[in-house]
Amino acid sequence: MTVEGTAERKTARGGSKRTTAKKTTPAKKATQSKAGNSAGPDQAEQDQLVQLLTPEGTRVEHPDYTIDLSPEELRGLYRDMVLTRRFDAEATTLQRQGELGLWASLLGQEAAQIGSGRALRDDDYVFPTYREHGVAWCRGVDPTNLLGMFRGVNHGGWDPNSNNFHLYTIVIGSQTLHATGYAMGVQKDGADSAVIAYFGDGASSQGDVAESFTFSAVYNAPVVFFCQNNQWAISEPTEKQTRVPLYQRAQGYGFPGVRVDGNDVLACLAVTKAALDRARTGQGPMLIEAFTYRMGAHTTSDDPTRYRPDEETLAWEAKDPILRLRKYLEAEGLVDDAYLAAIDEESDVLGKRVRDVVRAMPDPDHLAIFENVYADGHALVDEERAQFAAYQASFADADAAAEGN
Amino acid sequence: MAVHEKITIAKAINASLRASMEADPKVLIMGEDVGKLGGVFRVTDGLQKDFGEDRVIDTPLAESGIVGTAIGLALRGYRPVVEIQFDGFVFPAYDQIVTQLAKMHARALGKVKVPVVIRIPYAGGIGAVEHHSESPEALFAHVAGLKIVSPSNSSDAYWMLQQAIAGDDPVIYFEPKRRYHDKSRLDTESIPDPLHKARVTRAGSDLTLVAYGPMVKVCEDVAKVAAEEGKSVEVVDLRSISPIDFDTVQSSVEKTGRLVVVHEAPVFFGSGAEIAARITERCFYHLEAPVLRVGGFHAPYPPSRLEDEYLPGLDRVLDAVDRALAY
Repeated sequence: MTVEGTAERKTARGGSKRTTAKKTTPAKKATQSKAGNSAGPDQAEQDQLVQLLTPEGTRVEHPDYTIDLSPEELRGLYRDMVLTRRFDAEATTLQRQGELGLWASLLGQEAAQIGSGRALRDDDYVFPTYREHGVAWCRGVDPTNLLGMFRGVNHGGWDPNSNNFHLYTIVIGSQTLHATGYAMGVQKDGADSAVIAYFGDGASSQGDVAESFTFSAVYNAPVVFFCQNNQWAISEPTEKQTRVPLYQRAQGYGFPGVRVDGNDVLACLAVTKAALDRARTGQGPMLIEAFTYRMGAHTTSDDPTRYRPDEETLAWEAKDPILRLRKYLEAEGLVDDAYLAAIDEESDVLGKRVRDVVRAMPDPDHLAIFENVYADGHALVDEERAQFAAYQASFADADAAAEGN
Repeated sequence: MAVHEKITIAKAINASLRASMEADPKVLIMGEDVGKLGGVFRVTDGLQKDFGEDRVIDTPLAESGIVGTAIGLALRGYRPVVEIQFDGFVFPAYDQIVTQLAKMHARALGKVKVPVVIRIPYAGGIGAVEHHSESPEALFAHVAGLKIVSPSNSSDAYWMLQQAIAGDDPVIYFEPKRRYHDKSRLDTESIPDPLHKARVTRAGSDLTLVAYGPMVKVCEDVAKVAAEEGKSVEVVDLRSISPIDFDTVQSSVEKTGRLVVVHEAPVFFGSGAEIAARITERCFYHLEAPVLRVGGFHAPYPPSRLEDEYLPGLDRVLDAVDRALAY
């Protein structure tokens, strides 16, 4: 997908309600083959992109996916996205100040994450990558808990079962199999919960993702695969991962795939809700490709100026997920200056809390190296812990002796 | 199930799986061909018939997928017992085992447990084609978070598997495939030794042989032949490769003063290297000879017509015994 292609699509849609598509269920619609369509691939992709809110902030309808939110819910989505972006910006700054070793920014992907995250029920289970800060926010994970691993005081550190939000997974795509297995367990338990696996366009090339598609399809597991196609896997564009739009991969595995405007929080919410409902009613997995853009670097160690043009980033800036919802809320008179000021103030409070908590985050005790290596213990770990503790203690003896002088 | 006089290792594992599944409804069996077929070695024979397809699961042919979904099931509260069909086929799952399974408990600061047991028929001696005769235990023993065990007889096969399944850590359970049909005594009502405890299977005073899995029988045969030559050889069945019960090995070496470690896996960076280093450290003043190792060569496992040369057999182990006693 080129920048020109997405720009054309925007113009072509023009915010008007599409009337050509026959009304079908999401599943049927999504599995319809586009093969043989005389229009080019861009046209096919354009037809498939689910959008409920245009970049200009105009509400549009889609034949398959609808949403009806109260003013309070709409404002809630706005608040979620603004606070998530602020948290993310604080973390980037903290890395620049040396408080974090690394940060993986979600800038630009707020709608994909908040939309999908707010579609979840409490009893659903999330398997994230390492960039799902917005989803973590929706799950009620304290954002400061996400920073421990980036500061280097732990490798995760939150209790996955407190919020049904698994640890961040760094090895690309591994978590899609865990999600599938977890979903198989949900199915065995006879529960009607659903599981959602997050991954990216780069991960779509991983064997584990392919295997998770196979397993989930064969067992009809209640799992939703939520792919944030943010166009870049570090320096490699999506064209280096695939010849077909990623959502179409699902068809070969026998379950539906759909591409949603990943910068449209309403569309992401509506599509994810539908996919989760399918899963929890025994209709099996579904792939959602949230078409979005990584506005920032891959991580704070990355330099995107080496591989992508500024114009591309600028073009996506015009499709900003927060801006479009704000335009809509303002046009509809659902927010006023006082409300927006209150959100800004809440952002400042969050920012300060994040800074304070991170700066006060202590380094772990030396012996934490040996903690939880095994659940039932291991003789070698015990031996090495004792030896290392004695070694450390030898310095204390030396220090005491020195003080004695 | 009552007490058996003699039972094959394969049947002992089958009985063990059955006992675990009866004891805990969360125990699942997963793998390629484990259901209707009962596994290519028939180790899971009859279990799907008795426990259903929901608990004895024929999986797609994808090892990473098998282990990765087993991790997810474990996170949901299940106890999956995964079968990897052959030793050489485990590597597609190596990433899931090393980067995910082994580390998840620690990453979560102990807040989740992943009690996945991975059964792997391993080692050679059955005249198989490539990738069906390997001994990759050291590649796993090097990884913190995993426990590695290998039984050498029916009683251990029965008890150690149930202990592995009942524990909360991931365990790789290496099954000596060439001994599957060897019969030995199984008492299902005895009190088993702890899972990670080594066992002296034959007492001796001149030299200690340490082995595990398929090599224990070879070492016991060596000890008998050596006895005829007037040499008293003690045999230690290690049983567990991670952790290793160094105390038992140490006690033996303090008595005999000589140690030879035997395994099918290549000697280079093999478990024998670790045992030699640790025992040298612990028993420096007791050793009468350097610790010697007998094992596979630094070459791919050979075609089956050559495997008798590659595998440590009676003569190669006896040669090492003689060399150690010559000091």
